[in-house]
Amino acid sequence: MKFFEHFGNYTMFLLGLFKRPERFKVFSKQTLHEMSSIGVGSFGIVSLISVFTGAVSTIQIGVQLVSGLVPDYMLGTFVRDSNIYEFSPTITCLVLAGKVGSSIASEMGTMKVTEQIDALEIMGINSANYLVLPKILAGVLTIPLLVVYAMVLSIIGGAISGVMGDIISVDEYVRGLRTDFVPFSVWFALIKATTFAFLITSISAYHGYRTEGGALEVGRSSTMAVVYSAVAVIIFDYILSDILLGA
Amino acid sequence: MIQLKNIKKSFNGKVVLDDISASFYKGKANFVIGASGSGKSVMMKCMVGLIDVDQGEIFYGQDDFVNKSYEERKLIRKEIGMLFQGTALFDSLSVEDNIAFPLRMFTKMTPEEVLDRVNFCLQRVNLSNVNKLYPSNLSGGMKKRVGIARAIALNPKYLFCDEPNSGLDPLTSRLIDELIKEITIEYNITTVINTHDMKSLFEMGDNIIYIYQGKKEWEGEKSLIRSSGNSRLLEFMKASEF
Repeated sequence: MKFFEHFGNYTMFLLGLFKRPERFKVFSKQTLHEMSSIGVGSFGIVSLISVFTGAVSTIQIGVQLVSGLVPDYMLGTFVRDSNIYEFSPTITCLVLAGKVGSSIASEMGTMKVTEQIDALEIMGINSANYLVLPKILAGVLTIPLLVVYAMVLSIIGGAISGVMGDIISVDEYVRGLRTDFVPFSVWFALIKATTFAFLITSISAYHGYRTEGGALEVGRSSTMAVVYSAVAVIIFDYILSDILLGA
Repeated sequence: MIQLKNIKKSFNGKVVLDDISASFYKGKANFVIGASGSGKSVMMKCMVGLIDVDQGEIFYGQDDFVNKSYEERKLIRKEIGMLFQGTALFDSLSVEDNIAFPLRMFTKMTPEEVLDRVNFCLQRVNLSNVNKLYPSNLSGGMKKRVGIARAIALNPKYLFCDEPNSGLDPLTSRLIDELIKEITIEYNITTVINTHDMKSLFEMGDNIIYIYQGKKEWEGEKSLIRSSGNSRLLEFMKASEF
């Protein structure tokens, strides 16, 4: 029952915020600010995670290709596909669910408990539209770019660990990368990233916006935002894979 | 003028406002007093539309606020200024941006005109050289004054102040009281003040409404309060050493 209550409230929340902004100039300024906060602010953590994800996937796939039945260069193909299809969009978005999601929920929650959201409403401003819509738009525009960046870095990370660990040469790795490349894999990753971005930003904002009480509740909302965003990312990962890649 | 007619509000079956009717007059400091938990803040939130009433009517002039749509209410809300108990200043914005915020959202003023208006509002609340400071850099009294400056930026017709003196020293409290009173008279606005502070009430109150456990117990002018004959109100005053 609790799930349906939340789902209903979340849907109503979304319907309430998709309205024409009060002032387009202010709205675009807010959106740019949020894009900088989400994009530039997440650059470091995404870089770190991506390089290591690529590096680890090269080592682990390399370990499993010892039979000699599969050509060595295929390691590059497997690393490319596993990172583009799954690791870069999903792991990046799970990390962002923690970083961006908790930031959005705590910001909104603090604004709620300190009556800043009430102040907006009393001024005659649709607070959800003013505060949340720029965050969602910024997330939907920025997170897919971060995922593309993560794909590139993870492939580079894979090459570095392959060469450093003497698992594969650069030439063989590049040959693998260029073998049977399906451009749709990038589109698939971008569709996932866009969906995840929407889920992370909207679910986190929803939890922050509903905060009642004080500092303890802000912390609780932040935790709920991260947990629900991460669960939604995993569930939609399955749904989108089934729809877009399933037989 | 604001009029409440038979407003009722319950939360989970607990009656918080019980059939309250009251009038708040233009150009006067209208005080709502009562113990903690008596329903003062809920009543104020109902009046500005942050909480919907279960029953009753709220009139701003001739406009029935309760039966208006969200968009129609927004038009009335643009005529409302509010000073929150915790000031509710936007902590990501500087003092200047806080006061300029409603001007940028709702007027077509040029940046120079906005800045002039911001400086005028700051001067009106006796603050200077604070434009670039952030709320976290301000004292409690300064925050309240910036809150008032933001509330009057759009020349409101109605000013709501929720516990304007809470957390302030007696001297600063008096300054804030004087400021609210001056603004009420100067701009001829309807000011509604929630307070426990009987000193404020006797210094600047015009019309008084006393609420006890969600019900209006007494309403009248300040001069009549001691002869009200309402034992609860007299006890409340006595407890406040008046």
